[in-house]
Amino acid sequence: MARSHSNPANGVQPRASGDAAMHIILIGVNHRTAPIELRERVAFSVENARRAAQQLRASGVVGEVVVVSTCNRSELYGVFGRDAEGAAAALDDFITAFHGLPAGSLNGALYHHHDHDAVRHLFRVASGLDSMLLGEAEILGQVRQAYMVAFENGDTGPVLNRLFQGALEIGKRVRTETEIGTRPMSAAFAAVKLAEQIFGKLRNHKGLILGAGAMGEQLVEHLRDRGMTSIYVANRSRERGEELARRVSGEAFSWEDLPRALELPDIVVASVGGNDPVLTRSMLERAMGARGNRALFVIDLGVPRNVEPAVADLYNVFLYSMDDLTEIVEQNKHARAKEVPRAEALISEQLEKFKVWQASARSVALLAELREKLQHNREEFLRQHMDEMEHLAPEDRERVARLTAELLDNILEQPASRLRSEKELRRKLEEIEAVRHLFGLEENKP
Amino acid sequence: MTSFLDNLVLAFYLASFGIHVWFLYTDSRFIGRLGTLCLAGGVVAHYFALLSRARAMGGVPYQDFYGSLSLFAWLLAVTYLGIERFHRQRAVAPFVLPFVIGFVAISTFLAPEPAGIQHAKAHGPLFALHVTINILAYAAFALSFVVSLLYLAQNRWLRNRKLGSVIWRFPALEVLERMSRSSVIVGVAALSFGIALGFLWAHRLLGHYVTGDPKEIISLLVLLVYALYLRLSRQTAWRGARACRLCVACFFFVIFSYTVVNFYLSSYHRFF
Repeated sequence: MARSHSNPANGVQPRASGDAAMHIILIGVNHRTAPIELRERVAFSVENARRAAQQLRASGVVGEVVVVSTCNRSELYGVFGRDAEGAAAALDDFITAFHGLPAGSLNGALYHHHDHDAVRHLFRVASGLDSMLLGEAEILGQVRQAYMVAFENGDTGPVLNRLFQGALEIGKRVRTETEIGTRPMSAAFAAVKLAEQIFGKLRNHKGLILGAGAMGEQLVEHLRDRGMTSIYVANRSRERGEELARRVSGEAFSWEDLPRALELPDIVVASVGGNDPVLTRSMLERAMGARGNRALFVIDLGVPRNVEPAVADLYNVFLYSMDDLTEIVEQNKHARAKEVPRAEALISEQLEKFKVWQASARSVALLAELREKLQHNREEFLRQHMDEMEHLAPEDRERVARLTAELLDNILEQPASRLRSEKELRRKLEEIEAVRHLFGLEENKP
Repeated sequence: MTSFLDNLVLAFYLASFGIHVWFLYTDSRFIGRLGTLCLAGGVVAHYFALLSRARAMGGVPYQDFYGSLSLFAWLLAVTYLGIERFHRQRAVAPFVLPFVIGFVAISTFLAPEPAGIQHAKAHGPLFALHVTINILAYAAFALSFVVSLLYLAQNRWLRNRKLGSVIWRFPALEVLERMSRSSVIVGVAALSFGIALGFLWAHRLLGHYVTGDPKEIISLLVLLVYALYLRLSRQTAWRGARACRLCVACFFFVIFSYTVVNFYLSSYHRFF
């Protein structure tokens, strides 16, 4: 089938596909079911994801497939026919074999979801509700990328297009309509957000890091990511300080020059070992005078504290210790958790929309199959009985054929029209297998 | 009786307020733009409402307190829009718009039917410019007052490490400080020009520049305190919260000038 390679989010119109290929299956492992060592072994690179999808479609196990693989999860979303157990077993075997793992090595780690459970799962994943860090933002981008790869590769069809577009939509909606992703969830990120709350954009601001510890360096990296370019380093050991300065493209100061170094930055990150404070009130009072009382944000990552608590009383100084940052993170965790019910409600709403679409697509497919079957029966019927009616002129035969065709159209017109216009009816027909069975439609399907 | 235009103005401002609160909650750029668009719609509709009021009165629309209040609200909205565009910050709107809405509501629902022109000499382009520019100055000072209060509240929360949920949506302290100073610069420039026009108008009308009206003295005092603020806010000892406290204090001179002086002390400046 010819396929547009434009952005799928810009409107791949869902179309009906036969019900035989309307069931969704998901198998995967994540941080809750498998340790990191196992997750690493079943992770898919982009190239592997493409290859796996190609092989799966070629094998006929699934008609559509998307592989979502992040550091915390590897999941295969597929669309299969009617044999759910067979599809699940085939996918289990595939994922094990694809990664060269011994048979059964993923037992207990793999989870399976079908149809609406799979849909809800993906919606929760995209919304950050299934993440290790509740509400994290990166997952939405990762789901988008996984979908784009599959779409570009031609591995998606109407069902997964609709599913993933719905997932991207709900992921965005949950983030804009709830506060699940607004607050910083790590001490380093909380410190960066606080810095931005004081100074705005950090592009033209300067930072000073005291000590060459890993945590201070990590925080400085965050600050650099947010645009800070001027970084100074002061460390008791000159060599280690210079080494860190090189790593963060900063400038090193000797420990003796600390009073002078304190006049330069807007943000000071203190992460020094030892029992005594390295920054005293008098030191910072002098520095504030020299720097014209411009606001100074002091982040004390030391335990025991590196900065005298009395520094917080100085005008225009904002002092945050590790405990303060941890408390902010804890508050934010609670606040995010409180948003979960609202996010779940939005997800349920989105799931309902998907169910209505799916029921609609299935109904249309059912009607098409029914029309095809009745058409076939009509032609058969005419063939059998026309031979017995030799007295009929060719134009009469044609008329009979036309009338039976019209009768068929009339019979199907009303249900088709009601299915098109009545959303509620489509929803009620969710369990459409019974209707299919009623008309004996499954008999001709593989 | 309120006209369709008055109701439209209120509807635009109320919608803009609601959308800006929503923006504060969601941080969505689209919603923010929608809020700004509604505010701009309100400003345009408000302009025509003032024009219609002026036509009904046969003169400037601010010959009574309500008209003056309506013009003040319009200029506050205009100044805010300008400052919002300049600093690219929308989070202050939910704190400014209630004032705009309140003043418009008072001038819409409590104002009597516009009577004919009451002050025969209170017309002419010079007079109109004098009043409009002075009210623009008051509006700019009002904006700096709101922004400074916001700064002080946020500064307090940040220093005491008591962070609520909304703080992450507020503009940064430095941005608020700059917004406050920008508003005061607009106010000082407008007030200087407005006072100069007032002296010119007095000279044309009365033959001398200074009338000795208390409003002249208090207006010069307002100009002086805000000029002092501009000077001090750049000095090291005053930078930050102290400058904002001074800005808040300065606004009490404006309130005094707009209420006590207008109503009880001035003979020429009854409503502006």
